[in-house]
Amino acid sequence: MNPPNLLLPDAGGLYCPAGDFWIDPLKPVDRAITTHAHADHARSGSGDYHTATDNLPVLATRIGEAAPHHGHDWGRPFDLGDVRVTLFPAGHIFGSSWVRIESDHGTWGVSGDFKRAPDPTCAAFRPAPVDVWLTECTFGLPVYRWPSPAQVVDEILDWWRECRAAGRPAVLFCYALGKAQRLLAELSRHADETVWLHGAMRPLVDAYREAGVEMLPTRLVSEAPKGVKFAGELVLAPPSAAGSTWMRRFPGHSAGFVSGWMRIRGNRRRRGYDRGFVMSDHADWPALLETVSDMGARRVITIHGNGEALAGYLRDQAMAAESWNLRASLGGS
Amino acid sequence: MQRFVALFESLDRTTKTNAKLEALVAYFRAAEPADAAWAVYFLTGQRLKRLVGTRELREWTAEFSGLPPWLVEDSYEHVGDLAETMALLAPEPGPATDTFALPRLHELVEAKIRPLSGMQDDARKASVFEQWRQLPVTARFLYNKMITGALRVGVSKRLVTRALAQLAGVDPGLTAHRLMGDWQPTPESYRSLLLAEGEGGHDHATPYPFFLASPLEDPPETLGPASQWRAEWKWDGIRAQLIRRSGETILWSRGEERLDGRFPEIEHAAAGLPDGTVIDGEIMAWRGQTPLPFSLLQTRIGRKKPGAKTLENAPAVLIAFDLLEVEGRDLRPRPLRERLELLLDVVEAAGPEVRTSEAVAFDDWNALPELRASSRARGVEGLMLKHVDSSYQVGRRRGDWWKWKVRPYTFDGVLLYAQPGHGRRSGLFTDYTFAVHAGDELVPVAKAYSGLKQAEIDELDRWIRNHTRERFGPVRSVEPMHVFELAFEGIARSKRHKSGIALRFPRIHRWRRDLAVDDADRLADLERLIGD
Repeated sequence: MNPPNLLLPDAGGLYCPAGDFWIDPLKPVDRAITTHAHADHARSGSGDYHTATDNLPVLATRIGEAAPHHGHDWGRPFDLGDVRVTLFPAGHIFGSSWVRIESDHGTWGVSGDFKRAPDPTCAAFRPAPVDVWLTECTFGLPVYRWPSPAQVVDEILDWWRECRAAGRPAVLFCYALGKAQRLLAELSRHADETVWLHGAMRPLVDAYREAGVEMLPTRLVSEAPKGVKFAGELVLAPPSAAGSTWMRRFPGHSAGFVSGWMRIRGNRRRRGYDRGFVMSDHADWPALLETVSDMGARRVITIHGNGEALAGYLRDQAMAAESWNLRASLGGS
Repeated sequence: MQRFVALFESLDRTTKTNAKLEALVAYFRAAEPADAAWAVYFLTGQRLKRLVGTRELREWTAEFSGLPPWLVEDSYEHVGDLAETMALLAPEPGPATDTFALPRLHELVEAKIRPLSGMQDDARKASVFEQWRQLPVTARFLYNKMITGALRVGVSKRLVTRALAQLAGVDPGLTAHRLMGDWQPTPESYRSLLLAEGEGGHDHATPYPFFLASPLEDPPETLGPASQWRAEWKWDGIRAQLIRRSGETILWSRGEERLDGRFPEIEHAAAGLPDGTVIDGEIMAWRGQTPLPFSLLQTRIGRKKPGAKTLENAPAVLIAFDLLEVEGRDLRPRPLRERLELLLDVVEAAGPEVRTSEAVAFDDWNALPELRASSRARGVEGLMLKHVDSSYQVGRRRGDWWKWKVRPYTFDGVLLYAQPGHGRRSGLFTDYTFAVHAGDELVPVAKAYSGLKQAEIDELDRWIRNHTRERFGPVRSVEPMHVFELAFEGIARSKRHKSGIALRFPRIHRWRRDLAVDDADRLADLERLIGD
């Protein structure tokens, strides 16, 4: 006989009635636990925010500080309502956590987003035993298997070198929070050139620098003197800049995109990138399975993304597994 | 195949045509002829047939990767390319194979791939598994492509032709000619592709590259004086080249398929033609003085040896509209008017199933729109406009030959089903089925997958995901809500379709956001267009 669910989908996130809080709600609520600062997890407008101490500066950069932000150290439990909450590092981006909730009805873990691959910008994922594991499933198909980050960094360096030899700008698209800083940190182990940034990247790069993350020196593209053609230079830009008039500053450029989605050839060709580099801040299929096993959970619930396949696969292995659609809890479209 | 893998990677890593051309030239310059011959073969879109079926490939992928078959299917639906899905699902070859040297391309194809067609099932599977265990991921992907079908890697046959022509230092038209017909991937054939102009010859069965008309977008008067132009009806049949050489008749389709035996009445009529004759024309179903609908000709296309009843129901003729060779002499550089005069003489020697058609007489451009408007009643697709002095060129060249088609039929249909596309559109719902009203029901009448802008595709994809009613494998049914205007070229009765009709070349014209489901057309509206 299963005890009642400690959490249920609500407001685009998860609601815990026993503790009267929401995890990563997309609509304003009274009390939110925020796993990390990406926009599909952290939204402004809630009354009260609980998050990892490390995440405070990044979260403030993203959603402002209109409401109180409470920082909690990893591994140090705190009580909300009738439950005891502990945050553990998730290895996703700087300051990211997964959430453990202990209650009379068992212990639940909520992943937020996570990865198991090494990342110089953030603390590694720390497993802890739970009864029920709510796992993200962004890349929940076995076709998603990541090469080692070291290998991908080598590929990026080779491409940058080729661009330099050909006198072309190397424009590398990546998400502005997490991936950009991870790349700057990885590259700083092999290079010392200044990298040019799209304006949208700057506040977050600054926040990481202030938090002590070592990265390559950066300058804003908008600060470059007029007429500079960026030949052989590396430029980081968010995917939204692709195809915009801003790109006219880089005549003859080669365009790369760093993302787990680049594992699939059609994804890259459809978006017209010359090069796709397979590096993700999410768990790949083997890491999703490995983590299920590391958490020792008796029941798995997939959230965020392609969850049906992973749940089905776990059920084939005689585990209790189901898929929850958090977005549907928003109602409407 | 180390070089071939590297070529694929450089082609795959750029969207720029010049960079692709450079990569091809560099590859062909360095590669051994035996390997380069196979590279030409695959890159120009040829394929080895009937080696491994896609169903087998899925089953074997499940077995090889140790994943349940349903998860392989889900993965395939997500990736949109079976060869790639397999390459991604199989474990990477372990360190034991690090010393494994990739086989030469021609060795792999000739010793490991071609023999698959004659093997028993178990032996074929063992052979494929052996390659899967050895080949690293990109080579494995290319291997999968070669055993299952065409290798499409973002280069056109035309670009490969340009690269080879550049290397040989000849006109691309000559290279295109050398590549026509049954080109064989042997080192000798490859070397002869690179010969200088005037060296080497063609096999007697080799067709000339077809000259293709471009669609006329501006009004015809922009073409200059009407007296310099010849108008012809645009026949709705199968474009074909008839070769009579060495006492043999060879019939080629524009897709470079040999049609020998399929149209015995045309071959019989052509037997009277003198040796060294090549005619360009259109195969039509024809009775008396009248063209028959394309749907009747369709009953002939698939039949390698048509029976008496088929021949009686859909008699075929070749409408000859150009002469490319006479007495073994290449006429293509000569002006059209001269070729046509010679054509009239030559065709005299053939039977009535090879015939010429008269020009469409018009005194000035003002007469043409009305003639074009009469196309449907005459059973033709519109008008062709050809400059009277035009040479017979290679491929689609703008300037001298134009097609001015009658405007297509259109109807408003309701989106009912969607499934993910393939290749560039993999992972997005881009293949749609549209329905019209029939009583209280919506009856599917057309599948279409082109004609929307990327932003519209993305928007529709999101909508489909959020409004799925049922799933049938990769296919989803959606709430009937969106109406689209679809264009099509022809309509015929069909027993194979629930609607009882089949549309020719349906495609999406535009998203009719202004229309509601009730505003969509009715089946009766479409049935009225059937001209029987």
